[in-house]
Amino acid sequence: MRLRLLRREVVCQQAVELVTDYLEGALSRAARRRFEAHLAGCPHCTEYLAQMRETIRLTGRLGPEDLTPQMQDEFVELYRRWQSE
Amino acid sequence: MEPDRELLLRLRSGDERAFVSLVKRYHEPMLRLAASFVPSHAVAEEVVQDTWLAVLRGLDGFEGRSSLKSWLFRILVNRARTTGTREHRSVPVADPEPAVDPARFEASGSWADPPEHWIEAAESRVEAGKLAGRIRAWLDELPARQREVVLLRDVEELSSEEVCAVLSISEGNQRVLLHRGRSRLRQLFEDEFREVR
Repeated sequence: MRLRLLRREVVCQQAVELVTDYLEGALSRAARRRFEAHLAGCPHCTEYLAQMRETIRLTGRLGPEDLTPQMQDEFVELYRRWQSE
Repeated sequence: MEPDRELLLRLRSGDERAFVSLVKRYHEPMLRLAASFVPSHAVAEEVVQDTWLAVLRGLDGFEGRSSLKSWLFRILVNRARTTGTREHRSVPVADPEPAVDPARFEASGSWADPPEHWIEAAESRVEAGKLAGRIRAWLDELPARQREVVLLRDVEELSSEEVCAVLSISEGNQRVLLHRGRSRLRQLFEDEFREVR
């Protein structure tokens, strides 16, 4: 696939597979240029990239769920046991 | 939120509340990660408990060359691996798994059924605080190896180098797993929020 990419324009079905490499900075300069050239002419793939970014952003907003007071007590207990080891 | 670095200083000085803060921050993510290596929730609980004890015992030896959280996750994964059986998870990374259903493209490779808009709808649900539960459920549905990478990279925000070290995987495999995991999540967002036509 990489060889073919060197010669040909990127099509949508290939572009969606390049998104992570693009966001991770793992594409070669030439491949990045081809990817960006495709985006410039393709509103659907531009939307797709925005959605991948949004997916990452929303996943990153998950905070830890709260511990129950009972669990907190158990960890205080664990800590004290360790201290007296 | 207090930086991990300061929490570590307080921990080393024997501050019990610093330990509770650390547990509040990482217990649930550790449990979620452990669950992908071991057969049951009960076993995952045990692994995480053991990890906390190992963390306390190892505090003095922790040199701070890695971040505190990547150290925690590394201890956890090592313990979970020893405890759990990974036979059911030995799916080779090279198996093809397209980011988008091939049926959504023309033979030429152009979109036939382009991505539907959902970003605004998801944003308004986030505002209402109603999305976290759904995203957690989706993460649980990801194949284990993809889930591990997405949890560490996108939820816990470890660097790719840290994720490779914690999971003992190559940079390339990490990127493939991340790509598949994120692509699946994107599809789940689209399925959930596509505008009604």
